[in-house]
Amino acid sequence: MTPIVTEAPTTQAPTLPAPSRTGGTFTVVNRPGEERKALTKKEIAADHPTWCPGCGDFSVLALYFKLIEKRRLFQEQFVSIAGIGCSSRFPYFVQAHGVHYIHGRALPFATGISLTRPDLHVFVFGGDGDAFSIGGNHFTHAARKNVKLTYVVMDNFVYGLTKKQTSPTSPLGFKSKTDMWGAMDQPINPMKQALAAGATFVARTTHSNPNHVLAMMEAAMDHDGFGFIECLSECVEFYEGAFDASNPRKGGQFVEVPKDHNVADEIAAYRLADQPFPGYFGVFYKNGRPTKNANEAKIIADQRAKVGGLKDWEILKKSFDRMK
Amino acid sequence: MSEVATTWAKQPDTKPKQPSRLKVSEAVIRFAGNSQDGIQAIGGFLARLAGRSEQEVMTFMTIPATISGGASIFQVRIGSGEVLSAGDECDVLVAFYQHSYESHINSLKKGGIVLYDAEHVDPKPEWQQDYNHVGVPISSLTIEAIGGTAKDKGKNLFALGLVAKMFELNTTKLEKLITERFAGKDTSVVTTALNAFHAGYGYTLGELMETFQFMESHRAAGDQVVMNGNEALAYGLLAAGVRFGAAYPITPWSEVMEILRRELPKYGGTFVQCEDEIAAVSMAMGASYAGRVAVTGSSGPGISLKSESISWGVMAEVPLVIVDVQRGGPSTGLPTSVEQSDLNIACYGGHGDAPRVVVAPANVEDCFYTAIEAVNIARTFSVPVIVLSDQSIATRIEALPEPKIQKICQDLTPNLRPVADHKPYDLSSPDGIPEHHAPGTRILSGKYPILTGLEHDEYGHPTASPKLHAAMTAKRRRKLQELSSSLPTPRVYGPEEGDILLVGWGSTVGPIREAVDRYLAAGDKVSSIHIRHLNPLPPGLDIIFGNFRQVLVIEMNDEGLYGYGQLAALLRARFMDKRLRSITKTDGLTWKVKEIRERVKPFLSDFARRR
Repeated sequence: MTPIVTEAPTTQAPTLPAPSRTGGTFTVVNRPGEERKALTKKEIAADHPTWCPGCGDFSVLALYFKLIEKRRLFQEQFVSIAGIGCSSRFPYFVQAHGVHYIHGRALPFATGISLTRPDLHVFVFGGDGDAFSIGGNHFTHAARKNVKLTYVVMDNFVYGLTKKQTSPTSPLGFKSKTDMWGAMDQPINPMKQALAAGATFVARTTHSNPNHVLAMMEAAMDHDGFGFIECLSECVEFYEGAFDASNPRKGGQFVEVPKDHNVADEIAAYRLADQPFPGYFGVFYKNGRPTKNANEAKIIADQRAKVGGLKDWEILKKSFDRMK
Repeated sequence: MSEVATTWAKQPDTKPKQPSRLKVSEAVIRFAGNSQDGIQAIGGFLARLAGRSEQEVMTFMTIPATISGGASIFQVRIGSGEVLSAGDECDVLVAFYQHSYESHINSLKKGGIVLYDAEHVDPKPEWQQDYNHVGVPISSLTIEAIGGTAKDKGKNLFALGLVAKMFELNTTKLEKLITERFAGKDTSVVTTALNAFHAGYGYTLGELMETFQFMESHRAAGDQVVMNGNEALAYGLLAAGVRFGAAYPITPWSEVMEILRRELPKYGGTFVQCEDEIAAVSMAMGASYAGRVAVTGSSGPGISLKSESISWGVMAEVPLVIVDVQRGGPSTGLPTSVEQSDLNIACYGGHGDAPRVVVAPANVEDCFYTAIEAVNIARTFSVPVIVLSDQSIATRIEALPEPKIQKICQDLTPNLRPVADHKPYDLSSPDGIPEHHAPGTRILSGKYPILTGLEHDEYGHPTASPKLHAAMTAKRRRKLQELSSSLPTPRVYGPEEGDILLVGWGSTVGPIREAVDRYLAAGDKVSSIHIRHLNPLPPGLDIIFGNFRQVLVIEMNDEGLYGYGQLAALLRARFMDKRLRSITKTDGLTWKVKEIRERVKPFLSDFARRR
C-alpha cells in the first residue's frame, strides 16, 4: 500500500483554485539549473495513430504537437481528455498525461480537472457523436458554465469507429447503415448550438487548412473560458469528399469570417452560422464573461475571508460546536 | 399579548396542583401532525437537548413525498442508558389532528398518555380505557399566546412546552436552543417562539396524573454533538480531506450536497450541482484523477445512471467515493421511505467484471467515520467506494460523542513531485495496488500515463492481448482480496456461540441488538453480528456462523425469486452454508424489535422443541 503523499512535494497543487489564467503561463517543474527546450514532435508523439490513412484527424494531431512546441508547453502543464470515437483516441497518441473516458462525458470529466487544478491547461478532444449526440447535454452545460478549457470537436458528419451510422451532424439525405434511405433528422448546427448554449469562444476551422487550425487552437487556448472549435475532419473511409466544397485543392472555397465581423455580436455570429455549407471559417463569437473557475474562486476567497485564518480542523470544530 | 405567557414569566413555579413525579430511565415521544406543522423542529429541539444533557437520543421520522401537506410524524427516544433504536411503542403521543390520533394510537403503549389538540381531535370512547387521554386546546392557546391565526406556526413550540413540563426538561437549555435556532432572524421571531413555548410550559395539565423525570445519565461526561446521518456523512467527508464534489439533487441525498455546497468553500473546496447524474459522477471522477479523492452521491435511480462511470473507475483504477442514500425502489419507488434494496446494484451494478468496494454505516455516528474510511480505502486502493446509507439513518437525529477533530482531519493535497518513471498499471506489484501520480507530475523518463477504460498495458495504452486482459482483470480483483484480508472481523454481540445468530447491515443494527438484549434477558441463546464491509466481505464470518445452529439475515428488502434477501443471497453464494436463512420485509419502515422477535420466533421454538 502506498499512501498518495509520502513526503513533502517540491510542487503542490494549490488548495485554492486561483483565478483562471490565460494559456501558456502554467507552472513548469525544472530541475535545479535545468534549461528546457520546447518539446519536439519526437518527444510528444506516443503510439502511432490508429486512424485510417488520409483521415483528417492526423492534421489536428500534428497541429496539437505544433501548438505544444510553439507555446513551449511541458507535460506537467496540461492534460488531454477524450471520450469515445475515432477522434477520441487522441490522448493515446500524445506523450503526456491523458485520459480516455467514456462516451460523451469527456466535458464533465475535464470540468472536474479544470475546477480543481488551475495549474493545468485542459484540452478536450472528441467527435460529433460525443459532443452533440450522447454528450449533447454536457456540451450545453459546460458552455453555459463557461468552464475554462479548450474543446476541439473533430466533426466528420458520420460515425466512423462503428463503421458508418448516421451522426447528429450528417446532412439530410446522407445514406448510412442506419439510414439506408437517407438521413431524415435535421442535422445539428454546432455553431448555433454553441452560441445558444452560451459558449464564450466559438470558432470553426477545417483539417485541410493547417495554419488556420493552429491559429484557432492558439486563440482558443488563450481565451479565458470555454473555448470551442468545430474542426471539419474528413472521414475518408465512410464519408469521403464530405468537405471538398471547403477545400481549394479540391475545387472548393475556404472563406474566412469577414474582416469587419464583430466577434462580440452574437446575432451577427448566428448569421454567419446560418450560411449553407461550406460556410465561414474563423472566430464567430467571443465574450469575456467570467468563467465558472473565477466565480467559484471568488466564492472561496469570500468564504475563506469569513473564517479568517482558521485551520481546516478549526473550521470543522466550529461547526460541531454549533451542533452541541 | 397572552396572559398565560405573562403569568409564566412572573410566577414560573406557581402551579395550582402538583401531579406526582415518576423517575424514568427513558421515554419515547411521538409527535403526529402534518408536514407543515414544524414537527421536525420539535423533534430536533428535544434531540439537541438530550445531547446537551449527556443523554442518549434517537429519532425516527416520516415525511410525505409531497412539498406541503400530508401526514408527518417525528418520534424521539430519550434515555439515560444506551438507546439502540427509536423504539417500537411510544409512551406519549402528541396528536394534532383526528387523523394523527386515529392512525397513531396503535403505536402508543397501553396505559400511555395521548396528549391531543382538543379543538381538532374528538377522542373515541373505546380508547379511553386503554390510554390516558389529556386534551389541551393547543390551537387556541397558541393564538392566545402569540396572536395570528390557526394556520400560523407556533403550535409546535406550544406542544414542546407541554412536553417540557411533563418531563421536567431543562427549560433554560431549551430556551437557549430555541433562541439559537431563530438567531439571525428578527428578534420578534425569537420572542414569539419563546412566548409559544412558555405558554405551553405554563399550561396546567390538570388531567395528568404524574410528571416524569429522567434518571441521571451514567455515561461519561464529554461533549456530545447532535446531528442526522446526512450531516454526519457530509462532515465526515470534510474531515477526510475531500475538497470537491459534484451531484444532482435527489431525495434523500440532496441534504448532503447542500451542506457540502455551503461548507466546502470555507475549506478552499467546491461543490458543483450538475446537469445530470452522469455529469456529476464524471466531474467528481475528473477531480479525483486530478489528485484528490472527490465525492458524488445520489439515491437508487441516480446510482443506476452513474454505473457506467463506476465501471470506468474500476477499469482505470481511479479512486472515488459514491454515496447512495437508499430509498424504496425500484424506479421512483418510495422516495421518502427506507429500504435496503440497493445492495445488489452497489456490489454488482455495472457491466463487465468490475469489483468495487461497498461499505454501509450502521448509525449516525458511524456515518462520520465511514465517510473517512471510504475516502481512505478509495485512495489507498485506487478504486471507487460506494457508501450505502439509507433514508432512516439520513433523517434520524442522534447524539454522539464529539469526534477528536484535530486528530482526525486529513490533508489530501496531491504530491506532484517529479518521478523517474511511472506505470499506472504496474503488474509487478504483488498486491495489485497501483500508485497514482496526478497530472501535473513531471515524469523524467518522458513516458506519461494514460488512464483509460480500454483494456491496457502497464502504461495505459490499449491492448487486445488475451494475456494482458487476464492479468489486468486479476490485478483489479487481487487488490480487493488484499483489502478483504485486512478488514476486521465483526464482533459478535452476545455470546459467541448459541442457537441463533442474527446478521444485519446498515441501519438495522439498533433494533437487532435490542432484540438480542431481550432474548438474552429471557435466557434464549440468540446473538448478532453487524456487517459494515459488504464488498469485499471481512474474513472470519464462516467461523462465526459455525458457532450457531441457525444464521438469520435480517434486512429491509424483498426475499427475491429464490427466498433470500440481497445480503442473504450474497452470503449463501459466498459460504454455501445451509444454516443461512433470510428474514426480509418491504413496508418502507424500519424494523421494530417486536417484528424481529415475531419473525425469529418460529426458528427459536424449533430449537426449544428439539431440545
